[in-house]
Amino acid sequence: MNGDLRDLHQEILDLGTQGMVMNMGPQHPSTHGVLRLILTLDGEEVMACEPVIGYLHRGLEKMAERRPYRHFLPFTDRLDYVCSLANNLACAQAIERLAGIEVPDRAQWIRVALMELNRIASHLLFLGTFGTDLGATTMLLYAFREREEALALLEAITGARLTYNWIRVGGLPDDMPENWDKGVLAFCDLLESRVGEYDRLLTDNPIFRRRTEGVGVIPAEDAIAYGLTGPTLRASGVEYDVRRWAPYEKYAEIDFDVVVLRDGDTFARYLARRLELEQSVRILRQVFDRMPEGPIASKVGKVLKAPPGIAFSQVESPRGELSFTMVSDGSPNPQRVHIRAPSFANLTVLADLVVGNKVADVVAILGSIDIVLGEVDR
Amino acid sequence: MGEVNPDLQSRVVKFPGGGVLVAGIDEIFNWARSNSMWSLTFGLSCCAIEMMATAASHYDLDRFGILFRATPRQADVMIVAGWVSVKMAPFIRRLYDQMPDPKHVLAMGGCACAGGPYRDSETIVKGVGEIVPVDVFVYGCPPRPENLIHGLILLQERIREESILGVRKREPITVQG
Repeated sequence: MNGDLRDLHQEILDLGTQGMVMNMGPQHPSTHGVLRLILTLDGEEVMACEPVIGYLHRGLEKMAERRPYRHFLPFTDRLDYVCSLANNLACAQAIERLAGIEVPDRAQWIRVALMELNRIASHLLFLGTFGTDLGATTMLLYAFREREEALALLEAITGARLTYNWIRVGGLPDDMPENWDKGVLAFCDLLESRVGEYDRLLTDNPIFRRRTEGVGVIPAEDAIAYGLTGPTLRASGVEYDVRRWAPYEKYAEIDFDVVVLRDGDTFARYLARRLELEQSVRILRQVFDRMPEGPIASKVGKVLKAPPGIAFSQVESPRGELSFTMVSDGSPNPQRVHIRAPSFANLTVLADLVVGNKVADVVAILGSIDIVLGEVDR
Repeated sequence: MGEVNPDLQSRVVKFPGGGVLVAGIDEIFNWARSNSMWSLTFGLSCCAIEMMATAASHYDLDRFGILFRATPRQADVMIVAGWVSVKMAPFIRRLYDQMPDPKHVLAMGGCACAGGPYRDSETIVKGVGEIVPVDVFVYGCPPRPENLIHGLILLQERIREESILGVRKREPITVQG
């Protein structure tokens, strides 16, 4: 990936040629959060890129060690704040596996519904911000129109618009409100009728395609070597989805396609997320028919203590594979928590990917990787 | 001339060939300033997503004359949306210093107001008020868009009471979450 070009630029820099150093961020309209990129430019072309992270660092993994297990769940909301529920789920799963807690069937089905609804909300935000990055400002307004509907549904069940904290150890705090399933299915119909508008605005837009097609190509081998996951990896032609590869909750019983595209360019990464919207709708339609009646939480003691050991959980968040590793020493607090954030792994590719591209393409490539800085810095 | 505030309407003196507005200079300035609060595009974390939602189609901040500008040189209001880390703090101060007077700061969310859930984290500044003077604190985690709009309307009301002579109220307004 840009290997020869990078060597060439390095040779030029070794000769003592000074590129123009440009600082992008931490306050910049197109950085998704407070990411700083130190770009060395030769005219419009990027010769070197050094990402600087840590502007949101708050020592979350250390904070987890100072708290009882369940007290850490609200903090996971603020990791990847665009899809809080996936973080909740990954954390709750790790604790459940550590303490050996079973989750009732009904709770597992509702969890799947919440995951997919949150995925739709997250991908809609991506479509809006990615469009804005490339100057298609209208897309933001269209995407937020549907996103507000999704947030209203999530608010109806969880009571919050963004930081839900609705998945608890052993199940859920409460059942679905009345007619919530009908609301979700109506939203599915609404979204399906509206995705055509997104295609007209972005997918079929010649200006948008020229800005994205063939820009920032990641070959499949490189994508694996960098540890990319999620739509960013699948756009490069690697079929890896935790929902299919290591199914959790009820994903093994659900019929859906893993969206895999071949090109690996910025446009493919956009299209992968756009097509995943339809797969999420397909999953949501299957959930409610197969949901059994029954309890929504198993009994967990007031003081949650886990036997000494180590537990690992994987979840397919909208950005990729999110996993928690928890180590217990038998006390009420975890001894060590490690969070494998998909955005952090996906961001590693950026520095090499932008070399040789124009400055304007840096914004497009960064947008297409779809990072959330709250999760990168932790 | 477009829409004129009803308070000012009575002061328009009709002359042949056009209208002339006769009013106190503070009134005219504050009318213009309070209805064109351009705010700095400056999202830090979770609250930034809600700030975007407030600006987007459903809540539409444009109807209050609030547009997002990407550069501090063109901004009147800085909405600090998210937690402020020690590493980020100098940049916030620099952005604030780059904004032209009169300028206002709105701290959005529990983290920007007082450290929020990260109060016991050693890398987090316990509220943006330690770095820049804050006019409005909007609590909530994150605040609903309605809350943010409420805070901005209160800020507009405060701007209407200001004077170009530099008499400014400094005690902050608080909007509960």
